Amino acid sequence: MATQTTVSETGNSFVATAYRQVAPEALFAYPITPQTTIVEEFARYVANGKVKTEYVTVESEHSAMSACIGSAAAGARTMTATSSQGLAYMWEELPIAAGLRLPIVMVNTNRAIGAPINIHCDHSDVMAARDLGWVILFAENAQEAYDHTIMAIRIAEENDLPVMPSLDGFITTHSISRGEIMDDETVTKFVGVHQPKHSMLDSDNPTMVGGFSTLGNTYMNIKKALRDAIDASLPSIKSIGDEWAAQTGRSFDHVETFGMEDADEAILVLGSAAGNVRAVTRKLRGEGRKVGMVKLRTYRPFPAAELADVLKGCKSVAVLDRSDSYGAIAGPLAIDTMAALFKAGVDVKVRPYIYGLGGADVKLEFIESVYDDLADLSDGGLNPGLTYLGI
Amino acid sequence: MAKEKAVPTWDVSDFDNWKTEDFPIGMVGLEAGNSRDYATGGWRSDRPVWDESKCKHCMLCWVICPDSAIEVVDGKMTAINFDHCKGCGVCVGECRFDALKMVPEHSEEA
Repeated sequence: MATQTTVSETGNSFVATAYRQVAPEALFAYPITPQTTIVEEFARYVANGKVKTEYVTVESEHSAMSACIGSAAAGARTMTATSSQGLAYMWEELPIAAGLRLPIVMVNTNRAIGAPINIHCDHSDVMAARDLGWVILFAENAQEAYDHTIMAIRIAEENDLPVMPSLDGFITTHSISRGEIMDDETVTKFVGVHQPKHSMLDSDNPTMVGGFSTLGNTYMNIKKALRDAIDASLPSIKSIGDEWAAQTGRSFDHVETFGMEDADEAILVLGSAAGNVRAVTRKLRGEGRKVGMVKLRTYRPFPAAELADVLKGCKSVAVLDRSDSYGAIAGPLAIDTMAALFKAGVDVKVRPYIYGLGGADVKLEFIESVYDDLADLSDGGLNPGLTYLGI
Repeated sequence: MAKEKAVPTWDVSDFDNWKTEDFPIGMVGLEAGNSRDYATGGWRSDRPVWDESKCKHCMLCWVICPDSAIEVVDGKMTAINFDHCKGCGVCVGECRFDALKMVPEHSEEA
């Protein structure tokens, strides 16, 4: 029977525990703030014999992802973790992992990318990797980061896709919070044994991985297969989340809401700031305001239909992006949201905001001011377009 | 330990008409060493010509040919495989006995 233990740990410690329980056959990692304590704690588990993973301390993130690709192609359950400049340094390998359809799991601790150099939270690292064929999950807190990490290995192996569960740097990775850790046996049973479809080490059935495909339609067919697979992973992620929820009692949805049953104004957000938005939403609802909050746990594939359905009763919506898409009309989440609403034929006013870059404070009064802006917008006020919040 | 080579089971004969779902996931090649099924001789602009009377069967061309296009039976060179020879001329450059020379692909010389 599933037994959970309540602990107070940092987010990274929750993630390192999930790594130990998933017990990948191979892990290749290079430390980078604020991911470091994940791979450090996991190294301690390996050194102390708590897990039998082949742990390789590679010389860079470029090597880490390259080694992960080789290892996954050889048929091993393979994991790594990174952040910020490290994720950027892996960029060349990220679409290769997806194109080869390798079920690699990599937690990203969301951190700003330079310049200026900054070690604190925003989503500019993970958002720059959003279009490469990786499944991307956003955790609001340490508990979700733990749950997503365990779900991720199933999502990866059942859909032949690499998966990047993410948690916000320092805010979630380094703050100590309370949460529940599942017993090892239940996790072992949940993740099962990896049965690779092919293994480069199977000398009886030799295969070719990473072939050349330039002329003709092969390249385009392989890319369409990737598009079909990541679209098809949406219901699969939900059913794996439901299966995990049956063990933990903690529900999973691509789109999670608070107060949306009667909201005229809504704020959509990813990651840790969902807590700030929920607190303000709860306070304003107590004062009789019809406001609601929406957060996404699944970002790629984008749950467009579900999101449009949740927002369709609103008059106006603010989308808070923790990274910009320079030169585009708004941040990435706002662009995705506008496209989802347009596609669904839902006519809701959308005001895009950029907040919290490089760990800038997300004060509760900022969130309250966004709701005031939206009330004005709902009453026919002008939409000034992209707004940097709090400066 | 040497194993008997598995009989190829991967049918790629209708490759040009494959739909997206016909491709193996991640474009894994399900049979190793299948480049022999893909004729690349059409890339050639020059062609090596072999003079059997001068050939000492030293196997130097067989060793250095990047396309494994030197055909050998019982330790003796027998022919050049023009389905795969790309006409690079490395064999001609390395032959110590003037048993190989390059001619333009359209030449009548055999």
